[in-house]
This record gives sequence, structure tokens and C-alpha cells, in this order.
Amino acid sequence: MPVKSMRDAINDALHLEMARDPSIIVLGEDVSGGAGGTSGEREASGGIFGVTKGLLPRFGDHRVIDTPITESAIIGAAGGAALAGLRPVAELMFADFVGVSLDQIFNQLAKFRYMFGGKTNCPAVIRLAMGAGMNMGAQHSQTMYSMLTSVPGLKVVIPSNAYDAKGLMITALRGNDPVLFFEHKALYPRKGEVPDGAYTIPFGEAALVREGEHVTVVALARMVPFAEKAIDALAKDGITCDLIDPRTTSPMDEDTILESVENTGRLVVVDESNPRCSVASDIAGMVAARGFHSLKAPVQLVTAPHTPVPFARELERAYVPSPTRIEAAIRAVMKD
Amino acid sequence: MATPPIHPTTLAPLTHEQLLRAYRQMKTIREFEERLHVEIQTGEIPGFTHLYSGQEAVAVGVCELLSDADYIVSTHRGHGHCIAKGCDVVGMMKEIYGRHDGLCKGKGGSMHIADFDKGMLGANGIVGGGQPLAVGAAIACRNRGNGTVSIAFGGDGSSNQGTVFEAMNLAVVLKVPALFVWENNGYGEHTGADYSVGSRDIAGRCRGFGMPAEVCDGSDFFAVFETMGRMVARARAGEGPAAIEARITRFFGHFEGDPQLYRAKDETKRLRESMDCLKIFRARVTAEGWLEAGELDAIDSEVLALIDRAVAEARASSPPAEADLYADVYAEY
Ligand SMILES: Cc1ncc(C[n+]2csc(CCOP(=O)(O)OP(=O)(O)O)c2C)c(N)n1
Ligand SMILES: [Mg+2]
Repeated sequence: MPVKSMRDAINDALHLEMARDPSIIVLGEDVSGGAGGTSGEREASGGIFGVTKGLLPRFGDHRVIDTPITESAIIGAAGGAALAGLRPVAELMFADFVGVSLDQIFNQLAKFRYMFGGKTNCPAVIRLAMGAGMNMGAQHSQTMYSMLTSVPGLKVVIPSNAYDAKGLMITALRGNDPVLFFEHKALYPRKGEVPDGAYTIPFGEAALVREGEHVTVVALARMVPFAEKAIDALAKDGITCDLIDPRTTSPMDEDTILESVENTGRLVVVDESNPRCSVASDIAGMVAARGFHSLKAPVQLVTAPHTPVPFARELERAYVPSPTRIEAAIRAVMKD
Repeated sequence: MATPPIHPTTLAPLTHEQLLRAYRQMKTIREFEERLHVEIQTGEIPGFTHLYSGQEAVAVGVCELLSDADYIVSTHRGHGHCIAKGCDVVGMMKEIYGRHDGLCKGKGGSMHIADFDKGMLGANGIVGGGQPLAVGAAIACRNRGNGTVSIAFGGDGSSNQGTVFEAMNLAVVLKVPALFVWENNGYGEHTGADYSVGSRDIAGRCRGFGMPAEVCDGSDFFAVFETMGRMVARARAGEGPAAIEARITRFFGHFEGDPQLYRAKDETKRLRESMDCLKIFRARVTAEGWLEAGELDAIDSEVLALIDRAVAEARASSPPAEADLYADVYAEY
């Protein structure tokens, strides 16, 4: 099977679906790049992270739209286009820029279908590059998905690998609801086997990344490869874990997590968000409510601290949950 | 022989001192950025960095009109604004290296340098994040009644943000001393300003909000100084907000590592010849007999020594302690 980066896998999904469905448009800042200016190349970037490369030459500028720096209008236009029958894919670039466009996301797109009595759909996909680890500082490193997972009406997708990213993106593009598609910047180069053709992965179905007996580890995005590292390191001591990647946090596959906790009795949740009102606390709360009698030990949460993302390398390293911290948390739940 | 331009505060021609200082400030910014461009290749500097080389005459032409009691808010491309407003160059370099004794203790980095003693209210990673802040600072200026002003620096790209339109309207409504400086360097990231600014006329848009706005050559210190000088003078006199659009270029990519495929091949090389504010300044002041070439050469070597020292001290310094991660989230909690 061909091996591709997560960046190329998402790019694949966009190419395949745009060819299949002429109602899909892509819009955002520098999604092709090179509009206006001097005589440089017309497609000068293909997205700041290269995810939308090749779309402009193939599908033209009525479907691949470079916008000014104007996030509120980008998301609002995506919402309006969706109401008018298109399937927009809006790129927000850094997830942090959600701040500039938040009204359009949560007061507009998220609520259309419900407020209008189910008379309309809003099939818009919003792509957000998230995550710390590249020393980009407090305003270019946040995860944002926990906050947005709490909004009814939005679906939230958080892939951890190339294969899932492609399948989940195609599902998003064929669905009828607004989807926030979070791409961890550090995972863009992460490679995996990805078929060339189209395939879908349903939302609300977790992936069982590792199978084990002693502990259930739930992790998202970049925390999945980190958790794999920790779990592999524990194997020599005879500790084995289920590693569950929910892949979407709205809808959330609660049953897979609960079934695993029933078997292991121990839960570690790894989440790069800040800890308060996070996906980690959400999962812990859900297991406390629905799986309390399976638990043999207090749930361990491995998250970022309740601080903004710091700039200095050493501080950012301490901020992001590490394989070492995950390993320590797994050992800690094993103690009880 | 013409006399140097009139300073709007002293109402006298720029003094020998003031001319030397303007040159020193521009040269310091240039060497700071050119040196960063080199040091970034070593991999020692974390994160991503947007360099200001080429735009020095704008920051300095504006900030030479200000005192520490006046405010500025800056952008992601903020090093030039910081230096022009008087931030400590060594402290800035340490911040960019992520050191514990950097201007923001290594917490901010290149995009988030601030120095409140100097009236520098912060660089900003959010495009269009600064303009509303500048209006708030302008309310403080007005309420103090001391004739101080608040400046928002912004690029052509940022001039398209909704937050900016809201800020400009609010400034006009409140008639506060907020001044909008548009550095039109032709691009926002990889997109031409001739594409993204629909009217192709940033100054005209500002006028549409009800404030005076003028266009000037951003590579000419004197043009920026004189144009902005008029705007600052009226704002200090309580006549409300105003704007300038400085036409300028950047000599490097959007950020360090940008392959600049959106630019014509020799574009930056050509612009370094035709739009270098240091060369233009030097030619003018020596031709007019305002300064001697030797005086400028002496500043050149002093600046190089300062930048050497800044890099050496930044490299020798140490990172923040891990406990600093938790410090300064709140004033009290
Ligand atoms: C809200 C927001 N949107 C997008 C970006 C990404 N971004 C950073 S700088 C930049 C271009 C800014 O262009 P301009 O205002 O002309 O300033 P210049 O870079 O030319 O100095 C963009 C799009 C951002 N930092 N914040
Ligand atoms: Mg610009």
C-alpha cells in the first residue's frame, strides 16, 4: 500500500472529493497563495502547511478561493455557501484564529439546522491546524477542540494518523453537518499506509490502536503516538494497555471506552488541551457516571497545565504531555 | 542648502542629534534583523520569525515623533517597532532566543515582545488583534488630557480584518488620539495587496471612516516623519484619529524559511538597491550637508558591536526554570 504523510492524505481526500462533487469549494488565506503581487508563481503555497496543494490548477479559482485575512468572513461565507447548496471547506490556518471567527462558528453555523426547525443542513468543513511543539508561542499553539466540542451542532474530528485523516475527511465532505477538522501541526509529516482510492471512516467510532489487559489509555491526535511510546516502554514490565483513539470527540464513542474500562478497571486519559472543561475531564466524567463500578483506581488525566502555551523550548517541553508523563500515569493507576 | 524638516513638537528643524539618532535607530533595526537571518540558520532560535528589514524608516519615522508616554501596539513583524520605541536590544535578543532574562522572560518570543515602560504595549500574533487595543490606549490618553497619542501599526493584510474596521470607526466615534499606520509592503503572507485590498487604497478606506489619511514613501525617513508628524500634531491637539499608508517593501520572506515563490525572481535584490531606507537617508543627509559620512560610519560600527554583544549575551544566557511555566497566569488566584 502507498505510504503517505498526513498532509498528503488530507490533500488526497480533497482532490478525490472535489473531482467527485462539483459543489465542494475550498476557501481561506493562501489556500493557493500567489494571488496578485508581482510575477511569481500563481499557486505559490497551496496552503501554509501545503494541504491544499494542486487544487487551484485542477479546479480553478471559482472553487479554490484565496481570501484576504478576514476569518470572520471566511467562516461566515462558508456558512452562507452551505445554506445556498455548496459544500465549503474553509481553512482557518492556525486553530487559534478561531477567536476571530467564533461568532460565525458557534452562533451561526452550529445552530442553523436546529434553530430553523430542521429545514436546512449546513455541510461546511472548517480545517484548523492546532497544537504545541514548534515553539510558536501563546497565540499559535493551542488545541481549541475541547472548547468547541462543547457546542451542540458541531462535529469535531481529531485524527492522529494519515489513514484516519483521509477517511475522516471524506466522511466530513460527504456529511451534512458543520465539521471542525483539527489537524495537529506536528502530525502533518507523520507517515502511514494510505490507499489511493476513496474510503470513509464513520464518526463516533473509536480506533483500538493497541490491545492489552491492565489499563485503558484514551489519547487524541499527537498524544496517540506519544501514548504508543509509553505503552511500548511498559511492555518489558509486563504491563499491557488498550489504547483507544476516539478520532472524533463529537460524536464521542463512549461504548468502546466503557467496554475497555470494564475489562481493565483502570483509565488514563491523555489530552493536549488545558485541563479545565477538557476532553480529558469529559471522558473521566463520562466513565465516572457510566462505568464507576468497573474502576479499580482513580482515573489519571495527563493534560497540559492550566497555563497559556509558553514560548521557550524548555517551557513548552514541560507544557506538552510527554511519553514519560504518560508512562508515569499508567504506572500510577497500576498501583491501586 | 535646505534646512532639515521641522519637528512638529519643537517646531524647529531636526537637530544634528536627532538626525544621528534616526539613523542609529534604523541601522540598529537593520542589523538586528540581518543578524537574526543568519543566526536562525544555526537552529538555536526557537519558533518562527518575521523580519522587518526594509521597513525601518516607517517604524523610526513614526517613533521619533513619540515619547515613552505615548503608546504603540505592534504586529507579528514587531522587532522594528520595538527597537524604534526604545526597547532594550539585548533584552529583545534574549527574548527571541527564549531566555529567562529576555524582555518577557522567554514566555513570549519574537511575536510577543512588550515593554510597558517604553509605551510598547506588545507585538501581536493575531493579525488585526492590535488595532482595537490601540483605541483603548487612546481612550486612556484622551482621559489623561496630557496630549499623548496611541499608534497602531498594521500591514496591508491586516487592513482587511473586521476588527480593524471596528477599531477605526470606534476611534472616529470617540474622537480619541488613535493613529493607524499602514505598512503596505505589497503582501500579506503569499498574497498580493493588490488582490486582497479590494479598493487598492488603504488610505482611502480610512478616509471613508471619517479620518484624514495620507500616503507616503515608506523608504524615506523624512517622508514618513513629515506625514506622520502632521497626524500626530493634530491628534495631540485633540483633533482625533488619523492614518498614514506607507508604501514599502520587505527584504526577506514572510517568515524565515519562506521560499517566496509568489515573488518575481530578482525582486528583493532589485528592491534592496532602489528602496533601501538607509542608503536613501545617507544620500540625502550627506548631499544636504546635514551629516558627515564619517559620523554615519561610526554609528555603523557601534551598532554592529551592539548586535554582536546582544547575540553573545543571548547565547550565553540560560532558559527559564521549569517552575516559570506556572508563573504569571494571573495577578492573583
Ligand atoms: C487572525 C490571523 N489570521 C492569520 C494569521 C496568519 N498571518 C500571520 S502574518 C499574516 C500576513 C499579514 O500580512 P500584513 O498585515 O500585510 O503584514 P506583513 O506580514 O506584510 O508585515 C498572516 C495571514 C494570523 N497571524 N492571525
Ligand atoms: Mg504586508
